[in-house]
Amino acid sequence: MTDMTNNDPMKKKQVLLEIKDLKIEGYTGENWVPIIKGVDLTLHRGEVMGLIGESGAGKSTIGAAAMGYARDGTRIVEGSSIEFDGIELTTSTSAEKRALRGSRIAYVAQSAAASFNPAHKLIDQHTEAPVQYRIKKRLEAQEDAIELYERLRLPNPEEIGFRYPHQVSGGQLQRAMTAMAMACRPDLIIFDEPTTALDVTTQIEVLAAIRDIVDQFNTAAIYITHDLAVVAQMADTIKVLLKGEEVEEAPTEQMLKNPKEDYTKSLWAVRSFERPQKERPKNATPLVSVQNIDAAYTGGVKVLDNVSFDIHEGMTVAVVGESGSGKSTTARVITGLLPPSNGQVLFRGEPLPPKYTDRSKDQLRQAQMIYQMADTALNPKVRISEIIGRPARFYSGLSGTALKSRVDELLDLIELEPSKYYDRFPPELSGGQKQRIGIARALAAEPSFIICDEVTSALDQLVAEGILRLLDRLQKELNLAYMFITHDLATVRAIADEVVVMQHGKVVEQGPKTEMFTPPHHPYTDLLLSSVPEMDPNWLTTLLEERGVDNVGEAADV
Amino acid sequence: MGDIVTLIAKRLGLGLITLLIISIIIFFMVELLPGDIAQAVLGQGATEENLAALREQMGLNKPSIVRYFEWLGGAVVGDFGESIVTGERVSAVISDRLVNTLFLAAYAAVIAVPFAITLGIIVALLRNTLFDRVANVLTLTSISSPEFFLGYVLILFLAVKSSAFPAIASLSGDLSFGELLHRTFLPALTLVLVVTAHMMRMTRAAIINLLASPYIEMARLKGTPPWKVIVKHALPNAWAPIINVVALNLAYLITGVVLVEVVFVYPGIGQSLVDAVSKRDFPVVQACCLIFAATFILLNLAADVGAILTNPRLRHPK
Repeated sequence: MTDMTNNDPMKKKQVLLEIKDLKIEGYTGENWVPIIKGVDLTLHRGEVMGLIGESGAGKSTIGAAAMGYARDGTRIVEGSSIEFDGIELTTSTSAEKRALRGSRIAYVAQSAAASFNPAHKLIDQHTEAPVQYRIKKRLEAQEDAIELYERLRLPNPEEIGFRYPHQVSGGQLQRAMTAMAMACRPDLIIFDEPTTALDVTTQIEVLAAIRDIVDQFNTAAIYITHDLAVVAQMADTIKVLLKGEEVEEAPTEQMLKNPKEDYTKSLWAVRSFERPQKERPKNATPLVSVQNIDAAYTGGVKVLDNVSFDIHEGMTVAVVGESGSGKSTTARVITGLLPPSNGQVLFRGEPLPPKYTDRSKDQLRQAQMIYQMADTALNPKVRISEIIGRPARFYSGLSGTALKSRVDELLDLIELEPSKYYDRFPPELSGGQKQRIGIARALAAEPSFIICDEVTSALDQLVAEGILRLLDRLQKELNLAYMFITHDLATVRAIADEVVVMQHGKVVEQGPKTEMFTPPHHPYTDLLLSSVPEMDPNWLTTLLEERGVDNVGEAADV
Repeated sequence: MGDIVTLIAKRLGLGLITLLIISIIIFFMVELLPGDIAQAVLGQGATEENLAALREQMGLNKPSIVRYFEWLGGAVVGDFGESIVTGERVSAVISDRLVNTLFLAAYAAVIAVPFAITLGIIVALLRNTLFDRVANVLTLTSISSPEFFLGYVLILFLAVKSSAFPAIASLSGDLSFGELLHRTFLPALTLVLVVTAHMMRMTRAAIINLLASPYIEMARLKGTPPWKVIVKHALPNAWAPIINVVALNLAYLITGVVLVEVVFVYPGIGQSLVDAVSKRDFPVVQACCLIFAATFILLNLAADVGAILTNPRLRHPK
């Protein structure tokens, strides 16, 4: 905490980083447009500041600027001032800045898997900075790395550093990267969304490790994230950003209890959407019935083991579990992309052919998919009208004006102005709009059942909420059934009627949502539920006390 | 490591099948030409009886399938039959020249490959500077000019005007290794100039392509100096495309050097191919084609294996 009543008189508020009137511009191919429009930031020694905001708010850009670094295609505008421990970074030479990076300011990237060089062992990458700066000899640096691995509770600390990045799991890599940032005992670490790509259960261990190590060495940190609950665990102060400008800044507790600005309040209120839960109709044939499915990829081990669940008309079934639990594989089996090795899928009581090539057009149209990455799921070189029009033409045989009016109708359904979007290309749209086009494409086939594969996880919270509301409205109007694949339990709470929990390719628990969210749980469901960060700043501390520090994440395997 | 061994074995098998198909094409293409070997040997004035007798003697009356397998069986053990012009064994005619060509190719490669890759790394480091542009223009100029022209320019300056090197690279008598290198320097240099641009530009492109990767940004944010970012962090991940271009250029050094050999009167295999074609010496043509095909297949195979070996995911399985 940064309040003046700090009971440790030695821990004086000494300014480490002072950013004044930071302006950054990005090159669009024609001209320079402002990305950061004059942000001030003051960080003291040992303080952790959380930067939050939606994508495009400029959080990462500010984080990089704190190291005097401007990514390719961006530049720091003259007149900005970035002063790190008395050194003005905007006027330093690149050699002077390089001398600070790694040694006094370190960086932890969002995706450790992409940020470790695949060609070198972890420990060689770890020791690179200390050896470069002649802070430590190579062997000394290696010993230090092993000690840090131990402190971060990595399994086999003696040996894990001698592996290549692809041989280590995501959560472990993220901790190894935190260890690497610590290699020279820097004064400041920039954490750029370090847990965003991780499962909730893995996220906890990384959060705990980061918090511990920052405490132990009294390192100052800038913690960048879009997840409020996470930042509440980590930060002393929170700064909220919107489109390159500061909205407000306050100590964490104050910010959580009394946000001043409307925008901040809207961020806090996001998780309010919830729709009433529906009951299963009695004695009805389920719309889709997955029965005793086993499946494996070519030559591989079984990834699905005796999976069974039903989806009834007009209802939403959420399938939850960590990555690798078989959620998406189940979807592939239902759509016929991956024929199961055992078991069958029934549609309105009739078995579907296992391979999609053997299914009739009418069987194919019934089950449609919406994907996680709208960016990659839409062909960037095809017009919106064609993306939506193609399934309408293929399944319903529409053409000419009938096709055009159908596309207009679909665009209306997803709340996009037809005349404005008809001739556009996907790259001209925002993330949320692209996801809406993905929904319209699924609707064009007039399905009765849609598989939503993590459709909101790549979106900002406000945008995601808009998508959830849209899906809910469409469900009511068109009596759609959804299979909602997600690892985000907040989404499940918001929209699901029934929940299926998967782990290691098996269904561990299933039932109506209310039952699933009331104890007693299956131990794995319990682990998942209790791992979702909450807004309470003491949540992580309490949880770690309950579980014990050595019993989180992968160690807590049940 | 077992995976890699099976992978190499598989590629090798595929290479052999490709070579087999090519041998069929080579053999029957020659068959398709008007006239046959007997006619070629005896010329225009041959009588029917003479032709028939020679055909009988050379086994040309057998069905072509049988002759193909006889030829293939011989080729496998290095026996390509007799030259119909000189009557010598084809293998004897070709083997010396093949060694000469391989020597020249190796000589050029030893200079060109390290030179091109180093230059590629330097221009990647100094990208978009004056040095980068000058290097690009110079190497592109050298690749765009015909080889014989480059050869003559080199002869003009390095042999005629300064007489530092001999203009003709004839290999006669016993030459010490140093003398050999000195004599063949100009043709080797010509080849170096021809193949450098390709390899240099691919090295540059492959490295620059990786510079936007998160791990390169991470290296920069760790304070790694620019040259080390390129050499230690980008280059190890850029090998696959570079190796492929290097292999293609090495194959070119062996199979595409006819003009250079003619300009410098170098007794290589390219020259014997041209001679054989003009004299309709089919066994020699077939042998040369088969050797060239094998060269291409082998070098591409080596490139594939090399690209696999530089991928840590395959070298160090989970």
